[in-house]
Amino acid sequence: MADKPRVISIAAEPEGGAATVSLYTSGATIHPRAVHGLFAAWRWALVWVTQIVFYGLPWLTWNARPAILFDLASRRFYIFNLVLYPQDFIFLTGLLILSAYSLFLFTAVAGRLWCGYACPQTVYTEIFMWVEHHLEGDRTARIRLDASSWNANKLLRRGGKHLVWATIGLWTGFTFVGYFTPIRVLGASLLSFGLGPWELFWVLFYGFATYGNAGFMREQVCKYMCPYARFQSAMFDHDTLIISYDEKRGEPRGGRARTADKAAIGLGDCVDCLLCVQVCPTGIDIRKGLQYECIGCAACIDVCNGMMDRVEYPRGLIRYATQRSLDEGGEPLTLRRVLRPRVLVYTSVLLLIGGAFAVSLALRPPLRVDVVRDRGSLARLVDEGRIENVYRLQVMNATEATQRYRFAVGGIAGALASTRGETVLAPAEARWVPLAVQISAEQARSLGPGVHKIVFQITREAGDGESEVTVDERSTFVVPR
Amino acid sequence: MSDFVSSGWSVFVAAITVVSLLACLALLVGASRRKVMAGDNTTGHVWDGDLRELNNPLPRWWAILFVLTVIFAGVYLVLYPGLGSFSGQLKWSEDGQYQAEMKKAEAELAPLYAGFSGMTPQALAGDPKARAIGERLFVNNCAPCHGSDARGSVGFPNLTDNDWLWGGTPEDIVKTITNGRVGNMPPIAAAVGSAEDVRNVANYVLSLSGSPHNNVAAELGKAKFVVCAACHGPEGKGNTAIGAPNLTDKIWLHGFGEETVVRAVTQGWHNEMPAQAGRLSEAQIRVLGAYVWSLSQSTAPAAVAR
Repeated sequence: MADKPRVISIAAEPEGGAATVSLYTSGATIHPRAVHGLFAAWRWALVWVTQIVFYGLPWLTWNARPAILFDLASRRFYIFNLVLYPQDFIFLTGLLILSAYSLFLFTAVAGRLWCGYACPQTVYTEIFMWVEHHLEGDRTARIRLDASSWNANKLLRRGGKHLVWATIGLWTGFTFVGYFTPIRVLGASLLSFGLGPWELFWVLFYGFATYGNAGFMREQVCKYMCPYARFQSAMFDHDTLIISYDEKRGEPRGGRARTADKAAIGLGDCVDCLLCVQVCPTGIDIRKGLQYECIGCAACIDVCNGMMDRVEYPRGLIRYATQRSLDEGGEPLTLRRVLRPRVLVYTSVLLLIGGAFAVSLALRPPLRVDVVRDRGSLARLVDEGRIENVYRLQVMNATEATQRYRFAVGGIAGALASTRGETVLAPAEARWVPLAVQISAEQARSLGPGVHKIVFQITREAGDGESEVTVDERSTFVVPR
Repeated sequence: MSDFVSSGWSVFVAAITVVSLLACLALLVGASRRKVMAGDNTTGHVWDGDLRELNNPLPRWWAILFVLTVIFAGVYLVLYPGLGSFSGQLKWSEDGQYQAEMKKAEAELAPLYAGFSGMTPQALAGDPKARAIGERLFVNNCAPCHGSDARGSVGFPNLTDNDWLWGGTPEDIVKTITNGRVGNMPPIAAAVGSAEDVRNVANYVLSLSGSPHNNVAAELGKAKFVVCAACHGPEGKGNTAIGAPNLTDKIWLHGFGEETVVRAVTQGWHNEMPAQAGRLSEAQIRVLGAYVWSLSQSTAPAAVAR
């Protein structure tokens, strides 16, 4: 593109006339060549880490239950020691905000690290391509197989591949549902063909989604579906690490004899072997510069470095570089360049939210209370002219032990709270506790009619090895006219 | 579609829906091809002097997804209601789904309640599991009127004392919940006499419970109480067979004092407890009844000191 002079066409039809074409085409299948090297090793490391966590976590047992269990039916979310209620949704929000800011930070500094190494789409594609590579062979063999007519060999290889893919997909779906139904129970009901209709649906749905996305859709997910790919231009600047082809060093490209002196024949370092194009999972030519399709997987770096080694040129014709380092020379990631305002802002916001998240999680009380004024009556007059208001307290036991609670009320001197009987809650139980608050006639007179502030103190009584915990919850007390 | 009396509207809406769907399809096909300037693979659109639109075709499966949505819409409209007043091949309805879900829930709860069926109300009241269910039933169904703590409000009886309008045995309570009750105090000032007489009888009524009253007026009103005695009994002790309140205690459903009693005599009261038979099952009402009965058994609620 750069070598052509820029032509500014003014809507007039150029010679040759206009053709009518379809706006939809069936894309050609991309057969990436297998690649080895430093960055491929990194990707495989992340495949292992993420998948051990994903496939392993549901099997982990904690307090005689799954360590991670999102029990949607009873709306309790167990994460190791934590028992979360839907009211704790703010923590999920916090987690998502943290993820988003981490993504922004990593991307601003080092580009699409997430896409290239850790995104499930990349990770599962990597696994599926590994299967493909071992059953159908590498790029050329697969292209040949694609073109060949159906025979026993093709049937066996293709069928085997799809069988393995489907197995991985179904196992993924099974694992995913295992986060919502205890996976051992799920496994037992699977073996006895007793899966519930929704469990079966989600196992199949996630199985199919994994099979389809990692087996067939692949780069199309990144190119046409993923919103993250679409706002990369807002994430990048001149100091962001991107996978770059060093045009100054590489051009003019061209094949040459092993012994040729490149200076003498006027060629750059690029031997035009096309390996970088063949390994690219999105099928682009990185030598055309940064493109939105580039997911930053660095496969082209690995393969190009291998080729440079073979032809005994220095490595790094394709490398992680910043736009500035390519234009002006010098190291891409200098401290001065990394610590630019946007990075500092992302970092401080991330630290701030991360800190707040950790502190609020650590200080989270083992009970939760919502106070709701009784909807039936505002206030009522009881014996000796005393004024009574009725409340409902939803007490939520956020622990896995039976707990005893007591209630007190403050804010109005002499106010008395009464409940019927004891409040004892089973593990992770939530219950509405009706509670009446009375004040004396004199107190009511001195307060005057209207709405007054009161504070409920809900105390989780000391249990074995646990100290008392009191939670304050504000409400109002109505004195009628 | 019950808002429209004529079937013409239904046909109209159905026609619009079908035509819109077909138009979507036509638009999809029509707009899927575009003139492209030959040679440079651009659409010929130019902005800001040199910004040109490249022809960058979408994958074909994307277009197929569009077509699938139209097909889905067609299948949906055949199976489910949506096309005018056509109710769909599956005969699905909100009401039907509600009934089906209720039936399912009942079937799921049946074994739970089966365990309670052999128990006496007293045993149910002592069973923590039955009590917890009773409490939830109460909070969801009774609390709007009787209050979350069951101590009622003006016009809505307190269920935690020993004063019962219609009887306080577990059987009575179950009957009250099942069939509801209608308490009717007719305006009987005319039968009592003049406004003066009404005031006197009111004072007599207050004297029965030892509430503050005018002794002279009460003495004068005593004779007129015969009219009231028809329902409330000669001693004013009330009658649970017809829901006539006991006038000799200090419990006043509609408020306290001479004015309130005068109002009751002159204007009457009409109170209604709605029947729950259609909303709760028999088994649920038994559990709920036992819970309500238990509320009046422990007299003082446990007060918690500051």
